[in-house]
Amino acid sequence: MSEEKDLEQLKREAAEKAKAAMAKRKAKEMAAKQEEAPKSEEPTQAQTPDADDLAKKKAAAAAKAKAAALAKKKREGMVDEAAVESESPVAKEATEADDLAKKKAAAAAKAKAAALAKKKREGMVDEAAVESESPAAKETTEADDLAKKKAAAVAKAKAAAAAKRKAMELAAGGGKTEGAVADDGDDAKAKAIAAAKAKAAAAAKAKAAAAAKAKAAREAGGATSDDEKAKAIAAAKAKAAAAAKAKAALVAKGGKAAGAEPEAEATPSPNQKYLDKYLKVIEENMGTEVLEDSYINKLSKDVPTLVVKREYYFKLAQFLKYNELLGFDYLSELHGTDFETHMEVYVHLYSYRNRQSVAFKTKIDRDDPTIESLQPIWAGADWPECEAYDLLGIKFIGHPNLHRIFLGEDWVGHPLRKDYEPYDVEV
Amino acid sequence: MIRTEEMILNVGPQHPSTHGVFRLVVKLDGEIITEATPVIGYLHRGTEKIAENLQYTQIIPYTDRMDYLSAMTNNYVICHAVETMMGIQVPERAEYLRVIAMELGRIASHLVWWGTYLLDLGATSPFIYAFREREMIINMLNELSGARLTFNYMRVGGVKWDAPDGWIEKVKDFVPYMREQLKGYHNLVTGNEIFLNRVKGIGKYTKEEAIQYSLSGVNLRCTGVKWDLRKDEPYSIYDRFEFNVPTRETGDAWARYQCRLEEIEESLKILEQACEQFPAEGDIMAKVPKIIKPPKGEAFVRIESPRGEIGCYIYSDGKKEPYRLKFRRPSFYNLQILPKLLVGENIANMIAILGAIDIVLGEVDG
Amino acid sequence: MIQDMLQSSPGLGNFVIFFILGLVLLLIVLGFVTFSILAERKVMGYIQLRHGPNQVGGRWGLLQTVADVLKLLLKEDIIPKLADRPLFILAPIIAFAPSFMVLATIPFTENFQFADLNVGLLYYVAISGMTVFGVLLGGWASNNKYSLLGGARATAQMISYEIPLVMSVLGVILLSGSLNLNEIVEAQKNGWFILLQPIGFIVFFIASVAELSRTPFDLPESESELVAGYHTEYTGFRWAFFMLAEYVYLFAMSALITVLFLGGWMAPFGFLDFIPGSVWFSIKFFFVLFVYLWLRSTFPRMRADKLMEFAWKVLLPIALGNIFLTALIKSLFF
Repeated sequence: MSEEKDLEQLKREAAEKAKAAMAKRKAKEMAAKQEEAPKSEEPTQAQTPDADDLAKKKAAAAAKAKAAALAKKKREGMVDEAAVESESPVAKEATEADDLAKKKAAAAAKAKAAALAKKKREGMVDEAAVESESPAAKETTEADDLAKKKAAAVAKAKAAAAAKRKAMELAAGGGKTEGAVADDGDDAKAKAIAAAKAKAAAAAKAKAAAAAKAKAAREAGGATSDDEKAKAIAAAKAKAAAAAKAKAALVAKGGKAAGAEPEAEATPSPNQKYLDKYLKVIEENMGTEVLEDSYINKLSKDVPTLVVKREYYFKLAQFLKYNELLGFDYLSELHGTDFETHMEVYVHLYSYRNRQSVAFKTKIDRDDPTIESLQPIWAGADWPECEAYDLLGIKFIGHPNLHRIFLGEDWVGHPLRKDYEPYDVEV
Repeated sequence: MIRTEEMILNVGPQHPSTHGVFRLVVKLDGEIITEATPVIGYLHRGTEKIAENLQYTQIIPYTDRMDYLSAMTNNYVICHAVETMMGIQVPERAEYLRVIAMELGRIASHLVWWGTYLLDLGATSPFIYAFREREMIINMLNELSGARLTFNYMRVGGVKWDAPDGWIEKVKDFVPYMREQLKGYHNLVTGNEIFLNRVKGIGKYTKEEAIQYSLSGVNLRCTGVKWDLRKDEPYSIYDRFEFNVPTRETGDAWARYQCRLEEIEESLKILEQACEQFPAEGDIMAKVPKIIKPPKGEAFVRIESPRGEIGCYIYSDGKKEPYRLKFRRPSFYNLQILPKLLVGENIANMIAILGAIDIVLGEVDG
Repeated sequence: MIQDMLQSSPGLGNFVIFFILGLVLLLIVLGFVTFSILAERKVMGYIQLRHGPNQVGGRWGLLQTVADVLKLLLKEDIIPKLADRPLFILAPIIAFAPSFMVLATIPFTENFQFADLNVGLLYYVAISGMTVFGVLLGGWASNNKYSLLGGARATAQMISYEIPLVMSVLGVILLSGSLNLNEIVEAQKNGWFILLQPIGFIVFFIASVAELSRTPFDLPESESELVAGYHTEYTGFRWAFFMLAEYVYLFAMSALITVLFLGGWMAPFGFLDFIPGSVWFSIKFFFVLFVYLWLRSTFPRMRADKLMEFAWKVLLPIALGNIFLTALIKSLFF
């Protein structure tokens, strides 16, 4: 718990300074402190290093995003996940994680790149800690090579110096570390580079690096999953989009080459953790029966999607807006769709506080399409609801001024219904 | 005792300052507005209904007609939605062409806004100056796409036409020219006391209100929310360029004015970098099937148009036509706050406030 | 010449002579209006990187306004059904007549003046104030909300700005000791009043722009707000009368400024006396006119409430201060 407090202080400070450099230094201090601190305080040793990383990550994130609270929230979520998932305490990985953390801190040279890189790394480290069971010693050498190659490639990018230093550190630590971890490090750098100066050239290099990685990944069965995750994250962040995409593609190939891996089809989305968080919060506060379904919509940039039961629609909307941890304060889109068997109302929300999206929708009866209005919650839902009423005939209960906004009150029928027949007096 | 009588004034749909066929029914006490009711729908063409019977490529020309001042972003949003669903990788060169076209469109759109806004405020000359520069942009886009306003330039997986010879150089030359002209704009208008009197403190709202009313784009950034989808949820290749997201804290018409003019400068920066990095050769179309059939499912993507967040929702049932297509049209959302802003203002401010929101009626009415 | 005639006994001969002279002046003014509209369009055109009219009447578009006037004459005369018919017809005449009346007292040169009144300046201010009735009546009689708003705005604006206009000119009257425009010009022999009365000039100029309802004070007919203000419902020649009144006032006001502050027909330096007074008058006059046109193409429009504030809170105190200052200077140095 004392660690937790330290972390908070750290975060707050970092947030105040809002300077990437400061954040970095603190992160390092923290790391040192935590290493000193007895690791056996909590039942699972494995979690402490994770927490370290998280802390650093958070600090950096805070520096960039100003919102310390946000960082905390994330941390909680992550720690939870770690707690849930990690079954075997992997004590030795703690040290690796530290190395990584340092590397990361240094990589922060460019504030943006750093924050991004750290976030990604977090994800990776978590997974690494949890999942990698088989130490693949031979791969470390390859990883080292790769690291050097990459470092050289970065020469053009501004972060080159820092990257090299890190690469060296990595090489030093690499002897100890497992292949998976090394790979992660490389990934992080590659991403950081790509992000730092998304120059076309840099991107190309990043791709080359990615290819190299992919090869490494193929050899290391256990490592691929990590890679994939890292890449998926990168894609989600969509920094260095082209590079990331190229990587993703390569990884996908690599995955296939590696053989039948159960993870290949169930690649967790980078937004999975958000979805899990939402689900958890909703379940805790509203019970389990609120949601009909929930999934990551992979077709739609991995947006977490909730399908809510009709009777909880308004309550959930309220909850999504006013809950501290969710705080979806912005209604981005609201519309209805006629699915012939039922109607559906689709709402896309965004939280400026947490910088996260969610889509939620509900099915309503087609013959009597009524639903509560969201206008009292988001004033921005006013006209879109009028539009849905006009074009689809969905009645929004509690809307202060529901009228046919486009077609006028005397229009016959609702054009966007699939069975709409144009009405013309003269015909 | 003096008894004042309220008068209902019908502004529009034919009125010089409603920028199209927008109608505003205002209750006046003297010249003070006590209530305002916007009436829209005069330009509703049912794009979404029409689209349900069209193939995806055929829908693109319809998007040109929504926000006709920056049709490129509209083109892009639907292509982007389909590409996201199908996982199409757009070739580098096409991405650059898209970005250059979109940024040129953004500048053109902001120029039109600048000119017409000052025309609303009674200054006649800036309009002409702005249109001179806009004409150059339109000519460039004409060379690129073959149309001046309704470009129909982008396709799912790339763009229709490659840049003609020397076109990139033209864009390159345009950047310093435009910078120079911008200085002139500032000298002519930005420091003018009368102008400042008209826009400062007018149409003010807070950050919370802006978010509450689902405002986006400059209307949101003028309150201090640093939010630009190009930066915060990068699409296309926007993560390769360095540019700032101009924000102001005050949330009034003056802040919006400053943000828009600064955005022109930022767009110029992007143009400069894009021309610099423009790949010498390469494909302009990805390998896409002849008939585009996105997988079954739904997608909602949003990008930054000059007016704010333009989104496209597609529900596909695996056929070649979308089952449901919906555009999140920024002007439509941005306009919602207008009645709230108008209460207690006089008629002159009504025009200044409406103008500063920057609506395009084709987009409001869909 | 005119003085003699004014003092001669009334008779048919004299009436005919006066009538013809009046007609000549009217034609001169109409000619001026024709070409000042053209000038305005040309000047604005060049300021705005266009050419302005260039098709009718050669490359300068010399006959453009003539064609426009012809069009207006041939246009159908529409009176809205619910308009107040008599007032609607009367309003443009009330608006136009005073604008022409004020010209009588302006001395264009030493000899070219219709009425050398002792209270010439007062006459100008008093008569020009009547135009606002025409504007208000037109706005009211149209039975149109925009017209009404425009008319109300015009009334408020013109009455408000009349006050600083008169106050600022008091300094000139103090220094010259006369309301007679001829004597005011004579009093500037040793220095134009623009140099002796710079504050007064600035206030007068601003107020005159407002009196003329030109940008940046063109609120009564602000296109973007009130469509066309008080003359929204007018067409054809009735509308032309409002237009005409506006431009005749522009003519009169430029002339008045020339007389009051720029030394009228007098040459700036003694040795330039060989150039006739009418040329000097024209040069100064056209310069003032150009400034009006220049302003119009540069400035945005003021807001109604700010406009009132500006008149009462800024211009009036300055004008009053100017009177005190002038009185002080006059008693100390003259």
